[in-house]
Amino acid sequence: MATQHTITIKAGGSEKDYWKDLWLNRQLLWILSKRDISVRYKQTLLGVAWSVLRPIMTMTVMVFVFSYLAKIKSDPGVPYPLMVLSGLTIWTFFANTFTQISNSILINGNLVSKVYFPRLLMPLSSIAVGFVDFLIAFGIFMVMTLFFKHPISWNIVFLPCFILLTFITSLGFGLFFAVLNVRFRDIGQLIPFLVQVGMYAVPVAYSSTLAKGTWFEKYYNLNPLVGIIDGFRWCLLGDKAYFNPQSLYSTTIISFSILILSLIYFRKKEKTFVDHI
Amino acid sequence: MPVIVAEDISKKYIIDHQRKNGSPSLRDIVTEKVDKMFSRKQDNSDFAEKEEFWALRDVNFSIDQGDRIGIVGHNGAGKSTLLKILSRITEPTTGQIKIDGRIASLLEVGTGFHPELTGRENIFLNGAILGMAKSEIRQSFDAIVDFAGVEKFLDTPVKRYSSGMYVRLGFAIAAHLNPEILIVDEVLAVGDTEFQKKCLGKMRDVSESGRTLIFVSHNLTAIQALCNKSFYFEKGMLIDQGETTHIVTNYLSKVSHKTLEKHWDNIESAPGNDQVRVKRFKLFPEYQDDLNHIDVRTPINFQFEFWNLVEGASLNLSMHLYTFTGECIFNVGTQAETFSKGLVSGVCEIPGHFLNDGSYVVSMMIVKDTSTVLYNMEEALIFDIEDYRENVTWYGKWPGYIRPQLNFSIRQTEHVVND
Repeated sequence: MATQHTITIKAGGSEKDYWKDLWLNRQLLWILSKRDISVRYKQTLLGVAWSVLRPIMTMTVMVFVFSYLAKIKSDPGVPYPLMVLSGLTIWTFFANTFTQISNSILINGNLVSKVYFPRLLMPLSSIAVGFVDFLIAFGIFMVMTLFFKHPISWNIVFLPCFILLTFITSLGFGLFFAVLNVRFRDIGQLIPFLVQVGMYAVPVAYSSTLAKGTWFEKYYNLNPLVGIIDGFRWCLLGDKAYFNPQSLYSTTIISFSILILSLIYFRKKEKTFVDHI
Repeated sequence: MPVIVAEDISKKYIIDHQRKNGSPSLRDIVTEKVDKMFSRKQDNSDFAEKEEFWALRDVNFSIDQGDRIGIVGHNGAGKSTLLKILSRITEPTTGQIKIDGRIASLLEVGTGFHPELTGRENIFLNGAILGMAKSEIRQSFDAIVDFAGVEKFLDTPVKRYSSGMYVRLGFAIAAHLNPEILIVDEVLAVGDTEFQKKCLGKMRDVSESGRTLIFVSHNLTAIQALCNKSFYFEKGMLIDQGETTHIVTNYLSKVSHKTLEKHWDNIESAPGNDQVRVKRFKLFPEYQDDLNHIDVRTPINFQFEFWNLVEGASLNLSMHLYTFTGECIFNVGTQAETFSKGLVSGVCEIPGHFLNDGSYVVSMMIVKDTSTVLYNMEEALIFDIEDYRENVTWYGKWPGYIRPQLNFSIRQTEHVVND
């Protein structure tokens, strides 16, 4: 641990310099991210191929089950596999980063009790792996678009907005669960379950037009991920994919509010992490 | 000029008695809340379950630049808490510390090493965790590798390293931090003796170059060799500070759980039976150098006195000396003699320069007719022998149970004449 020249340590003393410390430690953020990426597929036979295989296999299974067996319809003019794959790409990005952020403090527990640095570095650095996976999955999606000869829409220029929103939402939820996870190890059991159920609660395998006009539509749209997934699809597949631009407001407001609340919670609790690790 | 000034540092922990095994599960919390809802009692269970514990209490000190501070105290005296506060891992409950200078703390060797990464990758990872900039690590990379002696294994994952290599690499990185203040916690407990020597040498370099060192160790010899001043902590309080020799002596005289004497004045209540009863068992050290603790140089006398209650009994004494962990080091016996009723006394002397440093336990047996044990006084006395070395620059634990001075010399037997 190394810091600037004169410091004063007292109760609540780390508050003042927190964001400055975070900035000073940006190199560490980079190195921790690199570490997570480089150990990801160590001692695996297929290595990085897993990042390619996983989305393709999941898509195949979902196409078979939902389209072939359950006969779920996609939005008119959109090939069902592309609809699933686009939804899956962004949902997996969310699910992976959310899971990794939630576990980040516990996984780095040995650091928490031995060195000082702003604890926010750990959740931030754990995003990297999910992002790399996302880029790979996105590449697969582009290949599939060519394969289905689906035109790429100009809407794609808005894509970074939705990626950013996903990132903000996963950080918002993730930070909250990361704090709880330190205190209650039950959370470790709960997270995979949440992710599994979550996939059905958002329009990955189906179009959110199915929820239109139902009694729960209001509540359904409160979920920021519904707007994000619809929007992501709209960017990639064009105007034929259903997207309600109105939902962008509520999605943005909800995502940011969750992030801010979680951040406050995280900052309040991070000093006690060392006592619970 | 003081580089660290601590004012009224206290650290409070809340001990939760109800939850013994680490973190409470969600179920515990829910059950507790539900219980509370239904039992309308306005009890103060919250207070009953939680107990305050002051790991540090009103600690004040100031450390000057270039000081080498040793910190001694029992386990749980607050040493580690202090280091954690100085390293900013945890905050004090009250008080404040002003630190002037770049501070690096080494509470563990190889913090954050990832087993799957290679030695090279881990140097950069660990360096960054300890606060080194990438350029600094690159600059001292060769020196680190050289110090650790792992050139051949740089591209091997550290999970394949021997524990010695792992520790060496970890310390090597920390040693090249170049902070103005270095905090070290008990890292010498690991690693081979050769490496321990290197570490101590490096720490001495640090202090000689005018930088400040704070060193916690149970190895008092290392503290005496390295530190000019020491702090003595007990129960969270800084009870003494000053010259290292003074503090170490003070500490030693207080810490041992020794039983150096047992005696009974009343024959009725004394341990024994209707044939013999023990009056006194006492240890007399012949202290050296005006010190009042026993070290490896100190000759020790044992005096054992008992009442013989049978006229004309043929008795002898047999003394066992055990290590604290229970291995018997030796057994010595006296000749058998015939005694009439009354007090009998036996003396045994263990010379100086015989036992190694450590804790020892003594048992004494009274034997009749050289075959029947009349009374065995087990674990009667307990004493500690401290380490003492002269003309030695190695501070590792001296191996063995005994450390005799034998005639052992070296001399030159042939001169090679250079042409």
